[in-house]
Amino acid sequence: MDLKKLLIGNEAVAWGLYHGGLKVISSYPGTPSTEITEFLSKHDDIHTEWAPNEKVACETAFGASLAGVRSACAMKHVGLNVAADPLFTLSYTGVTGGMVICVADDPAMHSSQNEQDSRHYAIGAKVPMLEPADSAEAYEFARSAFALSEKYDTPVLLRMCTRIAHSQCLVEMGEREECPRKEYVKQPSKYIMMPAYAKAKHPAVEERTEKLKALAEDCAYNRIEDRGSDIGIITSGCSYLYVKEVFGDRVSILKIGMPNPLPEKTIREFAAKVKKLYIIEELDPVIENHVRALGIPCTGKSLFSPVGEFSQQTVREAFLKEGVDVGEVPEAQGAAPAVPGRPPMMCAGCPHRGLFYTLAKNKITVLGDIGCYTLGAVAPLNALDSTLCMGASVSGIHGFNLATDGESEGKTVAVIGDSTFMHSGMTGLVNIAYNATNSTVIILDNSITGMTGHQQNPTTGYNIKGDPAAKVDLEALCKALGIRRVRVVDPYDLKQCEQAVKEELAEKEPSVIISRRPCVLLKYVKPKAPLKADAEKCRSCKRCMGLGCPAISMKDGKARIDATLCVGCGVCEQLCAFGAIGEVESK
Amino acid sequence: MKTTSVMIVGVGGQGSLLASKLLGNLLTDEGYDVKVSEVHGMSQRGGSVVTYVRYGEKVYSPIVTAGECDFIISFEKLEAARYAGCLKKGGKIIVNTQQIDPMPVITGAAEYPEQVLEDLKARGFDVDDFDALTPAMEAGSAKAVNIVLMGHFAARSGIGEDKWMAALEKTVPAKFLDMNRKAFSLGFHG
Repeated sequence: MDLKKLLIGNEAVAWGLYHGGLKVISSYPGTPSTEITEFLSKHDDIHTEWAPNEKVACETAFGASLAGVRSACAMKHVGLNVAADPLFTLSYTGVTGGMVICVADDPAMHSSQNEQDSRHYAIGAKVPMLEPADSAEAYEFARSAFALSEKYDTPVLLRMCTRIAHSQCLVEMGEREECPRKEYVKQPSKYIMMPAYAKAKHPAVEERTEKLKALAEDCAYNRIEDRGSDIGIITSGCSYLYVKEVFGDRVSILKIGMPNPLPEKTIREFAAKVKKLYIIEELDPVIENHVRALGIPCTGKSLFSPVGEFSQQTVREAFLKEGVDVGEVPEAQGAAPAVPGRPPMMCAGCPHRGLFYTLAKNKITVLGDIGCYTLGAVAPLNALDSTLCMGASVSGIHGFNLATDGESEGKTVAVIGDSTFMHSGMTGLVNIAYNATNSTVIILDNSITGMTGHQQNPTTGYNIKGDPAAKVDLEALCKALGIRRVRVVDPYDLKQCEQAVKEELAEKEPSVIISRRPCVLLKYVKPKAPLKADAEKCRSCKRCMGLGCPAISMKDGKARIDATLCVGCGVCEQLCAFGAIGEVESK
Repeated sequence: MKTTSVMIVGVGGQGSLLASKLLGNLLTDEGYDVKVSEVHGMSQRGGSVVTYVRYGEKVYSPIVTAGECDFIISFEKLEAARYAGCLKKGGKIIVNTQQIDPMPVITGAAEYPEQVLEDLKARGFDVDDFDALTPAMEAGSAKAVNIVLMGHFAARSGIGEDKWMAALEKTVPAKFLDMNRKAFSLGFHG
């Protein structure tokens, strides 16, 4: 293959891994990393899969590397928290087949619960990290990461961020390198990390870091663009693009492509060439702290915030403050008028809506979790009380009910999606049963991993390629974990929902309610005929508006249903006390 | 040459990704350096979405900031106003006159500014507003609004209709090609 293609960063990573000889990739979906594994699943000569969580994914990649092939896993930044356990000891064992862990940060939190900086993991686990600035580099870095991994006997972290993962640029691609599986040899001192062997491994890790530091001084990942300017900028990732957008070739730049370990000599050499040194990096001052530790004065986070994403505007405004010539400053046509916000919301016909309406109506405290259903937190439902991390609803409700000596048991529930339950809700449920609180957990089973754009999971009965697979029986699973009361409701049926919630909350034992209906966006879910609100029957009570359905609005004081959005779920019809909402009469 | 910046804005689910893909394919065929920045994940759920497309001899940043945008292509009235501050002096807004109420309007917490396009014009913005929904329905689907709008933009892009059509063939699945060709033509000549 020898052509330039317009690729998003994640597709470029996928091609880089594939051409680099990847044989096994196991991942858990998470914006902005999901497409890496989705693109790879189109190849039939490698193994791709969705694992139940990132720890499983990372350990699967470890096993594949142990067996002698090139392997990878991909996850979002918070996924690496889950996979941190294998990561830190993988640093000790090293690899047989090259192993790449792709991690995608989300500055500005486009689709995340925090803004953590994954570079700290590379430093903490003492493994090399590569950080591309665009799709072309993403391809090159992913492709070359396997050789780096094998040469230095270490897993390699490939750090992406939302802007690079989801931006397209032209990429020139090569061919796939076939890497035959290395023969498996039993190596206890390398792979059994019990104290006796691990003690010998730690010094080896420190020695490896020294070797990687030497590599950092003399590799294509880090490069100096010397333009003889008074100011010099050390930057990495997409910040490099913003700097180039503003300054082009007018300032000297040290572009860091390997943020761990950093090249000390190169940094000193670069700093010596310029009168004033700036560090421009999104999120935490990782490079800046390193430069300061070398005793080199620099300006970084005092000028460039640790919060959110940057842009060329960030760079331009900062240097204007510094009195540096930033070239032509864009002139806007004018100021935009203030307009109402448009936050994301649950889709028309979303099966989560009926359930959340029931919980809000009964003023139930709801510990939430990570998924589309986090949108139950917004007006008018305002149904959630907490969202922390994957699985925290189930573990959290147990602690909540312990703290109140059971007083909260009859008015508190945990809600968690099917995929999130498989990810890390199950263990919390075991704890509820084992350590006995009368907690009620609602599994919002929409038969797909929704928020990340419809990935299969162990409860759907299909694998990543859409082929039939073993299907977890959620009812049987919950019972096996020690919960005797397990029942299924249809969230489109408000009466059924309310009855189930009230009955389970009244019971003096733990329970699980499975609220089951497939995501309305799934292709096989056929929408019903849109409903219509009869303006004559409508008494303007606005009860239907309490659902927060995007298809329903008030026009001239009467409820109106947008026929292009309505899927005929019928939830509003059940709410209307005046029979104003119903199917359009057939002629 | 200078970099040209286009923003495709609208409501999650209106098909801005396909529109940007079409433009990206076209510009690549034309030999430009191209960068496109998309939105995935949570914001797609009915939220305000923006896609940036930038092209020229050499493009660095994939995003467009205040005062840099040559063309805003908006799938919805309110969204045109939301991003108008990005428009550079002399830039142009192409906007579908469709109105989609955001949640604060639905819940009654805010009012939809009905005169929003008139307001923009009064502020000196060059606003080309037209109804893309009717031609989309005529072509066969309300979902074709994105291609109607791209057709309308194409007629003002300085790149020939034949080249756009070739890019369209590359971008949309074969079974929807006829409908999209029709939608594009209606937008182009509308």
